[in-house]
Amino acid sequence: MTTVEERPHTGFGRTLRKEDVRLVRGKGNYVDDVRLPGMLHGALLRSPYAHAKINSIDTSAAEAHPKVLAVITGETLKGLGLAWMPTLSYDVQAVLATDKVRYQGQEVAFVIAEDHYSARDAVELIEVDYEPLPVVADAKKAMDADAPVIRDDKEGQTNNHIFDWESGDQAETDAVFANAEVVVAEDILYPRVHPAPLETCGSVADMDPVTGKLTLYTTSQAPHAHRTVYALVAGLPEHKIRVIAPDIGGGFGNKVGIYPGYVMSIVGSIVTGKPVKWVEDRAEHLMSTAFARDYHMRGEIAATKDGKILGLRVKVLADHGAFNATAQPTKFPAGFFHVFTGSYDLQAAHCTVTGVYTNKAPGGVAYACSFRITEAVYLVERMVDVLAYELKADPAELRMKNLIQPEQFPYTTKTGWEYDSGDYPKALQLAMDMAGYDELRKEQAEKRERGELMGIGVAFFTEAVGAGPRKHMDILGLGMADGAELRIHPTGKAVLRISVKTQGQGHETTFAQIVGNELGLPTADIDVVHGDTDQTPFGLGTYGSRSTPVSGAATALVARKIRDKARIVASAMLEVSPDDLEWEGNRWQVKGDPEQGKTIQEIAMAAHSSLELPEGVEGHLDATTVYNPPNLTYPFGAYICVVDVDKGTGGVKVRRFIAVDDCGVRINPMIVEGQVHGGLADGVGMALMQVIAFDEEGNHLGASFMDYLLPTSLECPSWELGETVTPSPHHPIGAKGVGESATVGSPCAVVNAVLDAIKPYGVRHADMPLTPAAVWGAMNGRPIRTDLAIP
Amino acid sequence: MEVTINLNGTPETHEVEPRLLLVHFIREKAGLRGTHWGCDTSNCGTCVVWLDGKPVKSCTVLAAMADGRSVRTVEGLEQGGQLDPVQEGFMECHGLQCGFCTPGMLMTARALLDDNPDPTETEIREAISGQLCRCTGYENIVRSVRWAAEKEQGGPVTESETPAEVTA
Ligand code: FES
Ligand code: FES
Repeated sequence: MTTVEERPHTGFGRTLRKEDVRLVRGKGNYVDDVRLPGMLHGALLRSPYAHAKINSIDTSAAEAHPKVLAVITGETLKGLGLAWMPTLSYDVQAVLATDKVRYQGQEVAFVIAEDHYSARDAVELIEVDYEPLPVVADAKKAMDADAPVIRDDKEGQTNNHIFDWESGDQAETDAVFANAEVVVAEDILYPRVHPAPLETCGSVADMDPVTGKLTLYTTSQAPHAHRTVYALVAGLPEHKIRVIAPDIGGGFGNKVGIYPGYVMSIVGSIVTGKPVKWVEDRAEHLMSTAFARDYHMRGEIAATKDGKILGLRVKVLADHGAFNATAQPTKFPAGFFHVFTGSYDLQAAHCTVTGVYTNKAPGGVAYACSFRITEAVYLVERMVDVLAYELKADPAELRMKNLIQPEQFPYTTKTGWEYDSGDYPKALQLAMDMAGYDELRKEQAEKRERGELMGIGVAFFTEAVGAGPRKHMDILGLGMADGAELRIHPTGKAVLRISVKTQGQGHETTFAQIVGNELGLPTADIDVVHGDTDQTPFGLGTYGSRSTPVSGAATALVARKIRDKARIVASAMLEVSPDDLEWEGNRWQVKGDPEQGKTIQEIAMAAHSSLELPEGVEGHLDATTVYNPPNLTYPFGAYICVVDVDKGTGGVKVRRFIAVDDCGVRINPMIVEGQVHGGLADGVGMALMQVIAFDEEGNHLGASFMDYLLPTSLECPSWELGETVTPSPHHPIGAKGVGESATVGSPCAVVNAVLDAIKPYGVRHADMPLTPAAVWGAMNGRPIRTDLAIP
Repeated sequence: MEVTINLNGTPETHEVEPRLLLVHFIREKAGLRGTHWGCDTSNCGTCVVWLDGKPVKSCTVLAAMADGRSVRTVEGLEQGGQLDPVQEGFMECHGLQCGFCTPGMLMTARALLDDNPDPTETEIREAISGQLCRCTGYENIVRSVRWAAEKEQGGPVTESETPAEVTA
């Protein structure tokens, strides 16, 4: 049997993935695959109301179920001091509701039974006496004087306000707007969506009553951060907690936060003295775990008559749901939204963001958004098209005219970001060439003559990823630096331990390639250990496209430490001075005498041998490091989408999608391409189908895949990819990260294409998702509010 | 009730509740965890297995309905230590990322190729359209199935090449 791994390969380039060997055989190990002796099963009772007072809970019938071992309510937790837990945004969230429920699907009670089916049966036997309260389902009404106060649990909270935040210079921006020849404004909604990884969330908690050690198998993108939070919530000593994130069936930001179900599996294991598994069903997943977006934005753009963009002004109303549980750096309550100036050279920019509570599930930064850059890019790219509409300008030309020029890098934006490197016009030109832009416009003109609707959408994005420099960025007080440990065994095989955690991105392969590139070791000889807090160094996890920019850098640097140490060992072996050696591929050799050299494998054996090493040099060949990024990295790209719209139904067919990405140096181009493909499908989904809508009573209208539509193979075209490579100057290998680029950049390309198609109907803007009904409504002058089922 | 299912060629007999879903029989009773579960509404297809040679969503079949019949799962694809060409194709063409949808996709792909050894891109897209993948955007799944088809057609497939990307 020939598998890829046996094909010789070293360093960067296309090579098949190590993880596939088990995954194509059905031998992965996901949380729901974990079986422990004596394991019990938990299930949650959830609230049917979006806002209601809990008068009483009767668990007697559930407790009488022959297979039930325990039923836990908020009252039980209160006694243990566990009814509330901290969120990643310094708010608190109910583990199980005590006083009242604040969104539909909120956790109310937990049943532990011998098997999964019985646990579910018993949940149905619990009787709760609810007293329904008025509901805030629309963020725009959250600050009304008569709005019910959702968070009356918080002392001093008299309304639904969470925060006000701003960025940029308001006075400077107002001055630019006051003097501008053209000012255009638009209300733009980025509706609530849900990442919906194919694997739902779950955990298996195993508290050893003898040693007091808790092992938690869980769907976590950030195992180390989770361990620290559990130590804080449960008061368990941190060294007695081991968090294991096994194979994860997709995360996309949904598995960054901590959910009540995880905590309940821990409590359940403590209470019963047995391992307890909790795995949610799809409805629970869509109703209660981290959503994304829900940004109500008003954008204003100022320009000259001939299309030079001068400034941007944005006001955002951010719906954070019932608990402020967004996962983002502490100083930035709106994430990195202030990257909304996008890829353009502006004179001024200012934004304000107001966060409010509503009777909806918590979350907010999830779904491959790079900390709200998705919202920011959508805003600016929509606004540029709105401007193009008013100026009757070509949207590609208008962008070309305003892009930051290559010689302006490093470029400091009006909101304080320092873009590291880029050649934006080159990327846009390449996308236009690949698309055959002029031909497409000709075709469109001909079709318009015939009354057919074809649209061409352009979007350009700049991301800020790889959070982040620890002096600016922490989550819940934990700085965003990542550790790495590398050990070379005597025979020259290596084990790398990293803090980040793959959910499908292929870390086991990519990170081995980084080591291979630095040390000349074959990819097959390097094992990557991750997703186990007892076995890996501390770090903040995989989200915000930070694995390659942060842990990738840590990996390259720890390998370089090994190389430096290997030099000293080689010098002892060769009896020359270290200064007389040079590195060549996989060996240290004597300058001017390349015959004299030692490979990394020979050096590894010698480092473990009785060879005498210079004073102060320890034996063995291992090293550790912590990487604190000096800046973020700034990947970018140019996307063009071509759609055909059915005049009669408003149905949209995505005909082509051209994506040019620049993520700096590509470690494994095959994996990069896969990351882009997935993100493009997300963009089509969000632009055309996906929305988590609510009715006025706060009923969740997207709790299954029948109602929350995801793109299938038929909605997705065959993606056409291109690349430019502008290395990051401050990253050890010049890589920038790519995991979220396409999710950030693609929704607007699709939306711009659809609106371009229906331009003859005088439509300047319509909100996502552009379902046939929404498109048809827009064409007929009846735009609809897509996030609320209110006529 | 007692149910016997021929699972990848081996009879599995278990005492089950009549309401037990086939997916849970396979995972919990027989202990084969390659077949996944991903939704409540028969939409995701991560649970696809073969029932008497035809792909079905095993979350939508009761174990009792499969009594006396044969089921093939992803664990039954590899034969005599040799991966099925669809498994190889998915590895070669990066047809999987998180791998959660993969077992279901593989079972559908195998059934498609048995039926139609040389499917077009559109035919492949149609065949997998009842299944969701959140990671790959489907492109590389389509390529993977084509790779397997070509290999089975005796094409000169050794190592896949990513279709040339345009570089500036
Ligand atoms: S589990 Fe989703 S279709 Fe079977
Ligand atoms: S590979 Fe993750 S869902 Fe398909």
